[in-house]
Amino acid sequence: MTDAASAVLSVVLTVVVLGVGGLCAAAFGGVLAGPSVRHGLTLPLAETARLLRQRRRSAPGADLLLWRIAGAGLVLVPLLMLAVVPLGPPPVLDSAVGVVWFNTADVAVWALVWLLGWGANATFALVGAFRFLASALAYELPLMFALTAPAVAAHSLRVTDIVAAQAGLPYVVWMPLAFVVLLVGVAGFSVWGSLGPAAGPDLAGGVLGELSGPDRWLALTGRYLLLVAGSVFTAALFLGGGAGPLLPSWCWLLVKSAVLVAALVVLRNRLVLLRPDRFMEIGWLILLPAALLQLLVVSLLVTVGGWS
Amino acid sequence: MNVVVFIIVFLVLALVAVVSGALVFVIDSMARATYALAISFVAVGGALVLFGLTYPGVITILMMIMEMAIMAVFMIMFMGMNPALIPMSMVHGQRPALVASAGLFVLLVVGILLAPWPQHPHAAPARARQLGQALMGDKMLVMMTISPVMFATIVAGVVLASHRTRYDRFGDDLDRRVASDPQPGGVGR
Repeated sequence: MTDAASAVLSVVLTVVVLGVGGLCAAAFGGVLAGPSVRHGLTLPLAETARLLRQRRRSAPGADLLLWRIAGAGLVLVPLLMLAVVPLGPPPVLDSAVGVVWFNTADVAVWALVWLLGWGANATFALVGAFRFLASALAYELPLMFALTAPAVAAHSLRVTDIVAAQAGLPYVVWMPLAFVVLLVGVAGFSVWGSLGPAAGPDLAGGVLGELSGPDRWLALTGRYLLLVAGSVFTAALFLGGGAGPLLPSWCWLLVKSAVLVAALVVLRNRLVLLRPDRFMEIGWLILLPAALLQLLVVSLLVTVGGWS
Repeated sequence: MNVVVFIIVFLVLALVAVVSGALVFVIDSMARATYALAISFVAVGGALVLFGLTYPGVITILMMIMEMAIMAVFMIMFMGMNPALIPMSMVHGQRPALVASAGLFVLLVVGILLAPWPQHPHAAPARARQLGQALMGDKMLVMMTISPVMFATIVAGVVLASHRTRYDRFGDDLDRRVASDPQPGGVGR
């Protein structure tokens, strides 16, 4: 296969994994929400059909340019995140700084969610936007340190190298804290579950509240895609990527990612909503020390114990 | 990469950086000005990546998006502004600002034109090392000492500036088990 053909295959695979993954996550969420399995399974498609036909509405003076950039960006960012992850064939962008690339993409969500709330020109949406930034200040630093642990162990920031370095033992076994902290971060940048007060019901939907029609569809889709991209990346970084017996490697990666996505969807409405003022302390007093402690242990094991 | 492609990509990135940077002063919306500046920095980061400085390039993009997101909060907090109702000028003190920026531009361009750039591509890393040595070499100990002092200064500054001290939080004898804070925290203290 030529280079061009394999690059095209990687791009198509990335888009398909993200799209199908997002659809499955939304359908699973629908099934859990009830009232019937059939209703839940058809919910994503029914919502898509409804929203794409719905007429857009906006408050007077809405900053439409920034608002629409935010919605479109939320769909684009997960694609950028997955571009550095090997899904079977080599990644679209086998970057030597793949981990930092992922981090940059997830920081772009700061700007996008804030703009989503700002552009609407509505009070609750703007309050939601500020809530998101406050949550982000609490989850982002622990997330960054959680990302460094596998990179230290694999002596590389390239995701392909980190996956290859886990051939013997998946990193989750000796970096469980970093794994959990990264998953909290994934929930954070997906405005998900406990970390979703930016779009909370107490704010009438917050950053999502004023959205309608295709704009709303983009934002909701972007949230599911972020969840999927974050889960696939976590599976690559901590669960050994495609490593596993019998099944081919792309299949294993999908299975592991699907388990993570399913867990996040199941936990969505089962944990208490954490307002940013509460989560701030959890982030800085529990998650950050946990991530730093994990990093210390990993660094010691790598330098003194010779682990990798 | 093909030289022509390289030059075209560079010119596009440079154009985006300059145009969106200039837009910051033209646009009358705080949010748009902030994110125009962010786009400018992203283009600069892209140019760094193009030069093969992948890590500094990607980190520049990361830091700048984060900074702009936080900067927007502060700008709106201190200047209170609505995207529709109060369009406001993004410039003030125009004459000194123009003089300062034109002077800086001339200085940088003169520096670029006068610097003895290495002619051979393989000479560049050696020159970069020389530059690093000249900047940091025998001053490493000083820098290592200054950084904790600076950090301590920041912490001390915050402590002095904070109007609520540990005595307000834990009582005059510091014997209150649960701090009395205006905002309850999340870990049950």
